[in-house]
Amino acid sequence: MPKLSTGGRFKSAVCAGEIMVVTASEDDVTLTCGGAEMVAPGSEVADDAQVHPDHAVGIAMGKRYITADETIEVLCVKAGDGSLAVNGQLLLQKDTKQLPKTD
Amino acid sequence: MNVMMLLEMASGAFPDRPAFTDGERGLTYTYSELFEAARLRAGSIRAQGASRMAKLDVSNLGTPLGLFASAWAGVPYVPLNYRLTNDEIAALLKRVTPAYLVTSSDRVDAFGALDDVHAVATDGFLDAARHVAPIDGEWAMDPDEVAVLLFTSGTTGEPKAAVLRHKHLVSYILSSVEFASAPEEDASLVCVPPYHIAGIAAIMSSVYSGRHVIQLPNFSAERWIELARRHKVTTAFVVPTMLARIVETLEAQGATNADMPDLNSLAYGGGKMPLSVIEKAMSLFPETDFSNAYGLTETSSTICVLGPEAHRDAVASTTEAGRRRLVSVGQALPGVEIEIRDDKGRVLGAGERGEIYVRGEQVSGEYEGKGSVVDADGWFPTRDAGSMDDEGFLFLEGRADDVIVRGGENLSPGEIEDVLLTHPDVADVAVVGVPDEQWGEAVAAAVVAKAGASIDVQVLKDLVKQELRSSRVPAYMDVWSELPYNETGKLLRRVVKASFEKTLA
Repeated sequence: MPKLSTGGRFKSAVCAGEIMVVTASEDDVTLTCGGAEMVAPGSEVADDAQVHPDHAVGIAMGKRYITADETIEVLCVKAGDGSLAVNGQLLLQKDTKQLPKTD
Repeated sequence: MNVMMLLEMASGAFPDRPAFTDGERGLTYTYSELFEAARLRAGSIRAQGASRMAKLDVSNLGTPLGLFASAWAGVPYVPLNYRLTNDEIAALLKRVTPAYLVTSSDRVDAFGALDDVHAVATDGFLDAARHVAPIDGEWAMDPDEVAVLLFTSGTTGEPKAAVLRHKHLVSYILSSVEFASAPEEDASLVCVPPYHIAGIAAIMSSVYSGRHVIQLPNFSAERWIELARRHKVTTAFVVPTMLARIVETLEAQGATNADMPDLNSLAYGGGKMPLSVIEKAMSLFPETDFSNAYGLTETSSTICVLGPEAHRDAVASTTEAGRRRLVSVGQALPGVEIEIRDDKGRVLGAGERGEIYVRGEQVSGEYEGKGSVVDADGWFPTRDAGSMDDEGFLFLEGRADDVIVRGGENLSPGEIEDVLLTHPDVADVAVVGVPDEQWGEAVAAAVVAKAGASIDVQVLKDLVKQELRSSRVPAYMDVWSELPYNETGKLLRRVVKASFEKTLA
């Protein structure tokens, strides 16, 4: 997989999950969901595709996920059963600070 | 990255929830209806070959539909101020052609006659039967595409068009709103003008949180109170003049309690809130959380918030500094940095007055045809003057351009106004600089008396001399029946200044 770019969208090859890249790094990385490399939004998912048991916590719509060094951040735009990972390292869920409603 | 993605997520997660209701006409879009309507209108905008979509009308369902359909079609959305004169509107339209214009039916002929303007009435825009070809394919995800062009109400010369790209607006929403965080019964009453950045922000944050928006097109306090009660509104945003009217109206009705048990949250911003108004409001709405938001068009709306906790702490405080927090605009949002700098660009310390600079991903600071005014390190000069206390609470002191230069000394109108407002006979005050042969500029003050009170000019001058120093004492002081404000509650200082200059000439 080439470099990620901000705004880029990917879908999981093994579950319903979809993400958008919020912050990208300069490095070439491998972004996976459910243990399989993520694919372009319109791609077909094979019927026998399976989520790897070590990457099966799932992702929730509207949650943001980051690498431990916070150089890559993605937003889940469709929920799925697979977990996200960059170069094999699972991403962490980022907390949004609950702010007073202002608009 | 595209604001359409926010609607796509909402439509996917709660398709049948009401998204927007026109409070006057009673029409409603659910989230999935709004999504499909945007797909259809995006097709019409693209078919016209428009480079921009302009909207010239009060708030209605065409407002969110216009924003999202433009984003899907890949053209900037340009909401125009419908209170401008026809000549002013025509001049702005010429800057955004070829344009797809949605406007009230009485204006279609006049503006549709302009070159490269395709004008449709709002009713026709909303009528699905008039749109036959939905757009083919997805919206662009390039974060650098322009989402919104907003003409700022410049005080001199031509209005500037602030450029807000998808990355600015989406960053603002992602960092300040939790997706789907609104309970299903939440309803937000939106009464800010649709051509104001707060109106744009309200659409996006309501959609992303899943909140039902009730639109109030033409603000009146009576109507606001009625709609808030009828729709069991849970959250609302008002500008200070609106809150003042709501408080007056409730008091005139003899109310000691606003009787809006569902209203959890009331936010305000867009101008300076008089201490007396916010104190009365907090007593009329004892169960309501108050928040004060500060932001600019160029920063994609809110950059600073004074939250409910800070409001209650300030009211309960026994110290002067603690109570003063009530007129602060609070602390920077996550991901936003703020600095106060002097006129040589040096960063100032706590309590020192200077110009407010801001940095963050939601900050655009760019104008069409003029480029970006953000510096190499990402800092945007707001042209607002202010100071920050030792805990990062920001206090606004008016526009940096309003600083009065008297005999080489910089005087802040806000500082003098704050002192005058402490006098029990003073309801409102505006301090401006007027030309002066000896000093360059002299201090002039327009003072409004409280109901039943009368103003003793000498007493007020003595008060300024005693609290500040003699150079701050207004050389001219007139009593006015009221001060001029624009519709979003901003004091029109230039009008006050012009009036003084005319009488002094």
